[in-house]
Amino acid sequence: MKARKWTQFLTWSSDPSARGILVWLSSIGFEGNLEVIGRLGSSRMSGRDSKLLTPSPLCLVLPSIHTLTFLPERKLGDENRGRPGYPYVTGTSVLGIKYKDGVLIAADTAASYGSTVRYKSVERLKACGKHCLIGASGEISDFQQILQYVDKLILNDYMWDDGNNLSPKDIHNYLTRIMYNKRNNFDPLWNTLVLGGVKNGEKYLGVVTMIGVQYVDNHVASGFGNHLARPIFRDEWHENLTLEEGIQLLEKALTVLFYRDRSAINKVQVANITEAGINISEPYALKTNWDYNAFKNPTVGAEGSW
Amino acid sequence: MAEFGCEWNDAPHSMGTTIMAVQYDGGVILGADSRTTTGVYVANRASDKITELTENVYICRSGSAADSQLVSDYARYFLNQHTIQLGQNATVKTAANIVRQLSYGNKSFLECGLIVAGWDKYEKGSVYGIPLGGTILRLPFATGGSGSSYLYGFLDQAWKEGMSKQEAEELVVKAVSLAMARDGSSGGVVRTVIIDSEGVTRHFYPGDKLPLYYEEIAYRPGLEPMTA
Repeated sequence: MKARKWTQFLTWSSDPSARGILVWLSSIGFEGNLEVIGRLGSSRMSGRDSKLLTPSPLCLVLPSIHTLTFLPERKLGDENRGRPGYPYVTGTSVLGIKYKDGVLIAADTAASYGSTVRYKSVERLKACGKHCLIGASGEISDFQQILQYVDKLILNDYMWDDGNNLSPKDIHNYLTRIMYNKRNNFDPLWNTLVLGGVKNGEKYLGVVTMIGVQYVDNHVASGFGNHLARPIFRDEWHENLTLEEGIQLLEKALTVLFYRDRSAINKVQVANITEAGINISEPYALKTNWDYNAFKNPTVGAEGSW
Repeated sequence: MAEFGCEWNDAPHSMGTTIMAVQYDGGVILGADSRTTTGVYVANRASDKITELTENVYICRSGSAADSQLVSDYARYFLNQHTIQLGQNATVKTAANIVRQLSYGNKSFLECGLIVAGWDKYEKGSVYGIPLGGTILRLPFATGGSGSSYLYGFLDQAWKEGMSKQEAEELVVKAVSLAMARDGSSGGVVRTVIIDSEGVTRHFYPGDKLPLYYEEIAYRPGLEPMTA
């Protein structure tokens, strides 16, 4: 397939979504590679597909100073930039709270493929080095790649053999650089990472998003957890939670997520990071409550309602 | 504006497919259907979707036929070199990770779901699922392709740990033929490949010899339905 160079571009096309994208792009003087994903009939078209770009009787072609280059050839490696992509196999929320002796991070063990809960035994919490644990939501393949980056980082740090190891804050900053840099090249790692650790008595808990936003807090969450778990944390978190209280708080939030997040399953892991080390629990199930009269007879007095 | 023309002239070759691999005590069994479609036309009704990577590791291919063929060709090439340099057979884990690197590194161009399975002396039988995007997951059994949607419920109920070779093969043939019964993009024959410490065995189950399911009927020679 050959490259097509368009010195004129379509401001109207029979596909409204493509039209919107093309108009917006021209207004910001975009020059470069473009992949338009729209819908024509029932099939998905990419910029590689000539049908979307061919002027039809319904199109108005206007002269323009902008040049849009459509390059349908496939490119490899670094030339992959400019393609944000989309996630395929994804994990849902990760929750994190600080407590008296350290940090607790929790997540379920599901990986979804669109609306299908495809894999039910995926560990989304991984220890990195002695002091740090990373939990990821979003695309699992990108998380696996991030673990490789962090692994190399930790290995290099270990090889210095200088009596010092990287702190959670160092790893947090490293990850932020990676995520932000890739975002700038329109080639993001599609994850939200929750990072927790304890070093020299200092507890650390932070988040990095796929666009490179970085922050720390006493209690954090990713994905749906932001909407469902954080309000619970705001109400019930305090500085001196014991381990049991911390786990109960997390389990409360995880139960709500299981009820209300379609991608969540009732199989969770909780990780405890303290000065002594990192302990990730085996997957276990939460208690759920369905035994309400209103649940047994929800449509009494209003047949046909839900 | 829709263009007139045959969709099957232009649509890419896709292996709608049902693919599967199961680990049993002693090895692995890979299974697949044999239908390759170009749009709605069946371009090949007897394709072989279970491809050799090394003599002890095979791969099940689904998704775009071109993409999965290229990935497996590159993987075979790299593994061939690796085997020579290593001086012994490659492990299934290595093969799966090479496939993952190809799949992940080119994720925006490729559309293929793969299952790598085989036998090596360290881990014995192992099955690795590598879906779209390039995630790698070691699993006791894996399914893929459009037909796999119809198997989640069936396998949730029918798969058990610690199956024997015969039970595992029966499960694979039953599952693939159930998927073929409902998925338009899967069909033809069922091929299985068994890999264990002794080597590789291929089996072939022709389409007319598969079990019949709900609303399917058997072939009977003669004109009896017309003349009765």
